[in-house]
Order: sequence, then structure tokens, then C-alpha cells
Amino acid sequence: MKENILDVDNLHVSFKTRNGEITAVKGVSFSLKKGETLAIVGESGSGKSVTAKSIMRLLPKHSAVIPQGEIKFEGQDLLELSLKDMQQVRGSKISMVFQDPMTSLNPTMKIGKQIMEGLKKHQTLTKSEARQRALEMLELVGIPNAKKRLDAYPHQFSGGMRQRVVIAMALACIPQVLIADEPTTALDVTIQAQILQLMKNLQEKMDTAIVLITHDLGVVANMADKVAVMYAGEVVEYGTLDEIFYETQHPYTLGLLGSMPNLNAKRSEPLIPIPGSPPDLATLGTGCPFAARCPYTMAVCHDYHPRKTELSESHSVLCWLQDSRTPENHAPETVGSAQR
Amino acid sequence: MHPSFCFMVRISPATVVFKDRGVNVKGYIFKRVGFMIVTLFVIVTATFFLMQLIPGTPFTNPEKLTEKQLVILNAKYGLDQPVAIQYLKYIGNLLQGDLGYSFQYEGRTVFSMIGDRIGPSAFIGLQALIFGSIIGLLLGIFSALKHNSVYDYLSVTIAVLGMSIPSFVFAALLQYYVGVKLEWLPVALWEGYSSTILPSFALSVTVIATVARFIRSEMLEVLGQDYVTTARAKGLSEWTVIVKHVTRNALIPVVTMLGPLAVSIMTGTLVIEKIFSVPGLGEQFTLSILVLDYSVIMGITLFYSGLFILVVFLVDILYGLLDPRIDYKGAEQS
Amino acid sequence: MTVKMKKDVNPIDSRLNHLTEPPDELFVPAPLDRDVSEEIMTPSISFWQEARERLFKNKGAVFSLIVLALLTLLALVGPAINEHSYRSQNIAHSNLPPKVAGLEWLGFDGKDVKGNDVYATRNIEENYWFGTDEFGRDLWTRVWKGTQISLFIAVVAAALDLAIGVLYGGISSFYGGRLDNIMQRIIEVLVGIPNLIVIILFILILEPGITSIILALVVTGWVGMARVVRGQILQLKGQEFILASRTLGASNARLIGKHLLPNVMGPIIVTVMFTIPTAIFFEAFLSFIGLGLQAPLASLGVLIEDGYKSMRYFSYKLIFPAAVISLIMISFNLLADGLRDALDPKMRR
Repeated sequence: MKENILDVDNLHVSFKTRNGEITAVKGVSFSLKKGETLAIVGESGSGKSVTAKSIMRLLPKHSAVIPQGEIKFEGQDLLELSLKDMQQVRGSKISMVFQDPMTSLNPTMKIGKQIMEGLKKHQTLTKSEARQRALEMLELVGIPNAKKRLDAYPHQFSGGMRQRVVIAMALACIPQVLIADEPTTALDVTIQAQILQLMKNLQEKMDTAIVLITHDLGVVANMADKVAVMYAGEVVEYGTLDEIFYETQHPYTLGLLGSMPNLNAKRSEPLIPIPGSPPDLATLGTGCPFAARCPYTMAVCHDYHPRKTELSESHSVLCWLQDSRTPENHAPETVGSAQR
Repeated sequence: MHPSFCFMVRISPATVVFKDRGVNVKGYIFKRVGFMIVTLFVIVTATFFLMQLIPGTPFTNPEKLTEKQLVILNAKYGLDQPVAIQYLKYIGNLLQGDLGYSFQYEGRTVFSMIGDRIGPSAFIGLQALIFGSIIGLLLGIFSALKHNSVYDYLSVTIAVLGMSIPSFVFAALLQYYVGVKLEWLPVALWEGYSSTILPSFALSVTVIATVARFIRSEMLEVLGQDYVTTARAKGLSEWTVIVKHVTRNALIPVVTMLGPLAVSIMTGTLVIEKIFSVPGLGEQFTLSILVLDYSVIMGITLFYSGLFILVVFLVDILYGLLDPRIDYKGAEQS
Repeated sequence: MTVKMKKDVNPIDSRLNHLTEPPDELFVPAPLDRDVSEEIMTPSISFWQEARERLFKNKGAVFSLIVLALLTLLALVGPAINEHSYRSQNIAHSNLPPKVAGLEWLGFDGKDVKGNDVYATRNIEENYWFGTDEFGRDLWTRVWKGTQISLFIAVVAAALDLAIGVLYGGISSFYGGRLDNIMQRIIEVLVGIPNLIVIILFILILEPGITSIILALVVTGWVGMARVVRGQILQLKGQEFILASRTLGASNARLIGKHLLPNVMGPIIVTVMFTIPTAIFFEAFLSFIGLGLQAPLASLGVLIEDGYKSMRYFSYKLIFPAAVISLIMISFNLLADGLRDALDPKMRR
């Protein structure tokens, strides 16, 4: 079995705001093996992006604090690295692709130069070698007429092409881990599929592990090996793709799946929305954060935080429904059955 | 012009208007030059007819002149002819670079008077612009990098003071404390380099404040952009990120401030040259206004307007060169 | 991002319950209350309420509001506090330095540059708080009268700018098309002319005076307001909620009154707040180059010009009006900054 390349353990991230400290990520743990894809799924504000940025240590210096947790990359805790050592990791061993290709490229710098920048920093290349490598990368991500496009500015590209450039930039140094923060959200649906396919192809070529952050379960089904479902800063359910999709345990995951359109479904089956909206992290009580929106709430959920239940080596869930004291017939048959 | 006024007339890249119309660079420049000429023509015409409305005569001690002398003088300066003829003559002369004769100084052409006076003004003006821009940039850039620190508050305070305190009030106080009380620098005399320091410094205060404020907010905006995070994610050192990605992008829009700054310096010279007895164009202008020397007022007005229009034009071109997003071709825009 | 020591941290509060075992009786269904969960999480605060709250959190803006309130009060009642009028001359009391009983330690000691107590040598009983000028006019009265006039000029000019600018910008942008095109070309030419030149020419024609200064300021000033209003309305017009409102059959009057105006109010207020100090500056500037109000009328600019002439021996004549004008300018600029931050809808979370 392959070694874990990335291990996030009990990560906590807080932000200092005017109205006190808000904990955006509470005890997130997951792991990733070489060449594997982990999807982090959740609504906006669930802490997925914060988790991703803390792996890269790209959170705002002044307001973000990591009071607890470890992020181990090849056995080394990234949180303990000096900024200088961290800069050696960024872009060369762990790279990131951002959500909006319209804003994530420097508008006044030629894209060739933007790709070469990282190369020159991490590898000892001459200028022409770096340029050659940048050209190869552009060709690799499928930019037509790449040689000419090296000297073009970002505004001369369409959104999908820009995201290809961003991916070329991120993969230029062949990193072991690629973090993709909603890489297709800002793109047209037809382009989305192309970009995902491109990422998949390149992943196979380079054996890169991918942390894919998304709110789109369709993308997850297409790409992921493992899934972490996040809600209000916590991983509420974690498991392999099959476990999450076919042995769903958490009511929130059930809700997400229920609100996803399905081509194979009968017409009469309506989409079931999750009622309400994500909780305000500043006013969270002691109970389960999903209690207010959960169709299976029990009295216990309002005041007691659920504990992690390990269902298998790979599958865990954070929900009181797993407790053996849960009344029968309260939850769907498939949920919590393992415990009873 | 007062900098708070710049806030309103800030010559934001007017190019944006043109660029969407699918003209090429040459066409664009051509169009702009045409527009400049129209504007200048409007200014010349407006100024000329406004001057006709000014009450009083331009001659010294008109009450002492006899009827006959007045007729002779009027004939000499062409004031006896109908306004329309005077106007056409003025335009005709103007096209040949002739701005007419001064009413106050016998036999001096306005052109030569401007020529004599422009040196000192240009010197202190440029000195103030360069010094003020450098200090303002440093102040503003570090202010943004140390956002919300003591240093930031300090430089914001300096900027607010510099923008708020009228330049002539500052100049007067400067003259009083540094010149009169401390006797460090000449009070009001035009001799040697040391006499340029106080007037330049007084002029540069608004420049410092305007530039510092502007670059600070530009820097803060750029610092929040996604592409800065991208640059950091590439593993670039903080220095490279700040210099190559943040400052570079924040500096480009600063050129748009050159227009308002030129106006601010022009305005400043009117009073500051008076305070420090600088024999410059501004001092000449205020003198001419007081004695109603028509032709000189008109000449200097046109000179200032032309200079302003030229600066705005150059700024637009420069901005287009610096910012690749503006290529006058109406290419795909973000 | 700061990384704290990881070993000795308090467990996060919500995790405390982890340690205690929940009692069995809590494992009963407690179906969710739909009303509660569908409730909008944050209480709705109106835009203006929130803006006010933000403004009052801004120390600079609050300070400016207080200073401006004080200065306005002094400008209104200051000239009436003692029996002197701004024009009454008393040659016997000329060039007296400021003297306030109890404030001698602050420099209000009635002594001239050489340190002689002028009040004692000239046997004057009465104290002039800000001193007197060369005609023996009371500077306290003149400074506040001058402040009054300067503020009046600025406020009236700003109000006229506002009226013309909103009308011009509003018509130009609301009707758009060819009309807008023509109106914009006019503005483009006007913007190309340095306004100082226009102001000076106008004063020369109109003869110096309060009305002519106001007119000269308005002739150039409205352009800025018109551009701000037009820009805002054009931006708003393209937004969905206007389209939605149109689709629902809203009349033009309703569109303007209910949707456009409230949304352009912010930038308009901010622009006015920047116009006022600009007007005060130009008034003082004109006075300083000799195109301002005529004696015995006082404005801050006239007083500064007078004070500047005799600053070498009677520096107090310059310092008081200079301090007042600087305070006004600083306060208006800070207030305008504060308002801009408070009214910026982008800041709304």
C-alpha cells in the first residue's frame, strides 16, 4: 500500500474579527496518498477553502490563527516550517489552482513569464530552458498556438483558456499535491468538463495527488477517490467515494445527494432541498451545528456535540444517529444500522 | 487645484471610452489630438470673449489720460476695431505664435514675457513634482505594506494634513518659522539653489499627500487581489511578490494622477511664487490680474490650458503603454 | 498566518460536551421547527442605520463632526459674543496681541514679539482674545465672521453644484442615447479646461464679492457632481433589480425615486463633502491673490492675506485664521473619507 503523502490532523483555524474570534475550521482531519484524489465538499462558508489555504499557509497573516493541528507533508509538519522553507514547498511540491481564472492571473504580466517565475524559483534553469519548459506546459494543457501565446497577456485569453494557463502554472514543477479550489465553478458547463478531464489526464501522467474543493457532487462523482463532507468547519462525514454515495450516513450528506439532479431519476421524484441556510459561525451553540436543519433532529443534538463514529477503516461520521440509543424507525433504515 | 478636487475630476483613463470603439493606436491618437485642438479652440474663444466683458481698461492710470491719448492707445492695441475683427486677428496671430503685446510693459511681447518667466516656475514645479512623488510613493507603499500599524496611521495623518492645509497657508507658516524665526533658508529672494528649497517644498506637500493616499489605496486593493495569492502560491519570496506583482500593478494607475498633480502645482505656483518672490510665471499672472494686463492674462491662461491638455494627453498615452489591458483595439476585455 | 504552540491549548468550547456523556432521555425525536430554520440569520438593518453605525465607529469622522459642529456654532454666535462688530475700527487699540485672562501660559498674554505687555504700556483695560488688526478691529469677531462667510460661500456653492450636477448627470444618464452623447462631449471639453483659470476669469468679469465667488465656483464645480451622478446611475441601470422593477411595470418616477436616488445618495453625499473644502480653499486662494472679498468684509482668505502681510511682527494675525481654515479643511476631508467608507455598499457584509 502506498504511503500517505499528505496528512491533515485535527486542524483548527480561527479568524480574529471585530466581533471576536471565529473558528472557521474545527478539527479537520484527512489523508491523501500519491496519485489519489480527495474531494472536500460543502456549502460556501463550510471551511473548505480555509482548509485548502491553510495547507499552503496562504491565510491572511494578521487575522488567521492556527491554534491546533498538524499538516504533515511527507512526514514534515508544514505548520512548523519557516516561511522561507514553506516557499520552497509552495509551487514545487504542493501547488494550488484557484476558483476564478479571471482574477488569479496577473493582468500586466505575460503569461509565459508568469509560468517561468515559479520554474526559475524552484529549479536551476536558464532563461531559455525555463521558457522551453513553459512552452511545453502550455502545449500540455492544450493551449493552441502555444509558442505565440507565451507572450500574450491574460486578458487575451478566454476563461477556460486562462484556467488551463493556471493549471500549467501550478503543474510546471510537477508537484506531488495539487490543491484545486473550485477550479471549475467560474466556468461554463461545457468548459468545466474539459478542465476536469485535463486535470485527470495530467494527474495520471504526473502521479499527482489532488485535493479537489467543490460544492458540486457531480464533479465529485467524476473525479474523487475519497470524499470529506464539511459542514460549519467540521468534516461531518469522511469515506471513499462509494461509501459516501452508497452508504451515506450523515443527514447532511443525504441532503446534498437529495438536492442533486439525477438524469436517471423518474420525473415524479422531486429534488429535495435542504431547508434553511448554513449557520453563522459566530453564534454557534454547543450542539450539532446541523441540528437546526436536520430532518432527524433529536433533543440531544441541540446541546451535545456528536462524536466521531468509525464505521470502517475509511468511513467515519459525526452524528448522534449513530448512537445505539437512537429510537428505532427514527432515521432512515440505512443510517446508523451498523451500530444497532 | 486642491487635491480634494482631484478626487472628482481625477482623469481616470478616458481611454476606456475610446478603446471600445475599435480604433487602432494611430487612429486613437489622431482622435485625441483633434479633441485637444477643439478644446483649445473653445478655451481661446471663451477666454477672448470673457476678457471683453471685464470692466475697466488695461492702461495704467486711465483717469490721467486725455481723450486723445486714449484714442491713440486704443488704436495702437487695435481696441478701436469691432470685437469680431479683434477676435479674428487674435486667432490669426495666435496661429503664428504671436500672443500680442503687454499693456503694462511697453514694447514687450507676451511671448517673450512667458519665456522669461517660465524657467523659475518650471524648476520649482518639477523639483516639487519629483521630490513629492518619491516621498509620496515611499510613504504610501510602506503605509499599505504595514497596514493598520503605527506607521500607517502616521502616514495617513501626514496625507490628510497635506491634503487639507492650503498650500499658501503652509507656505506662509514655513516662511515664518524656517525663514524668519530660524533663519535657515532665504525668506523671499531668488538667488542660488537654496532659495528654491522652501517654495519647492511648499509646493510638494500636496503632491506628497495626493500620491501617498492614492498609491496606498491602490496597493491595498492590489494586495487583496487573487493573483497576489497565486504569486505566493508559486513559492515566490515575499519581496518578489511585493515588488513584481503588487507594486508594479499599483504604480500603473499612479500616472493618471499626473494631470491633477500638474494642475495642483500650477495653482500652487500662483500663490507660492508670490509668497517667496519667485520671478516665475505664477507671480507674473497674479501681477497681471491685479493690473488687468489683458494680453498677458490671456497669454498665460492659454499657456496653462495648453500645458494641462498636453499633460492629460500624454498621461493617456502613457497609461496605454503601461497597462497591457488597454490596447486601443477593443480586444477582448476582462 | 500565525502558528501557535500546539501542545497546551484549551479545548474548543463546543467540544466540552464531548467529554460528558449525554443522558439517555435526550434520544427522542425533536423535529425541526421550520419557522426557525427558515428564518434569515442576521437581523435586517437598514442601509442607513448600518452606515451611521459604521460612521460613528470611525474616530476621525466623529472627531470631525464634533469639530465642525463647534466651528459652525462659533461662526454663528462668535461674532456676537463681544460688543465689537467686524467692521468697527478703533485706531487707539490697533495691533494688540491676543490676551485671555487665565490663558496667559498658552501665549494669550498680550505681549508683542519683544516681550512687552502692550496692554499695560498702552493702558488698555479690555482683553482682545485674538488681538486686533492695524485698524483696531477685534480679530475674534473678524475670524468668526470670516468663518461664517467662508462656510456660507462653500455651502451655497456646494448646494448649487449638487442641484445642477444631479439634474445634468441624471438627465444625461437616465435618458441616455444621443442626448447623453452630446451632454458628455460638453463635459469632456469642460473638464479639459483647468478650473482655476475659469474661476479667475469669472471673478475678473463679475467684480469680487460673495455672489461672484459663488458663481465662479459653481461654473466649474457642477461638472464633478454631474460625472459622479451619471456614472452611478449608468452602473445602476445595468443591474438586475432595476430591470426587475421595470418588468413589474414601475413608472419612471418610481424608478428614480425608489431605486435610483437612494442608491446614488451615498456617492452624492461624499462628493458634496469633498466640494465644501474645495470651495473654502478656492475662496481663500482668490482672496490671497487679491481677487477675494473687499474690506471691511472678512472671509478666512481675506484674514489670512492680511495676516500674511504683517506676519513678521504680528504672527497671531496669521495663525488664528490659518488654524481655523486648516481645522475646517481637515475635518471635512476626514468626514468625507469616513462617509465614503461608511456608505460604500461593497463594505456591507
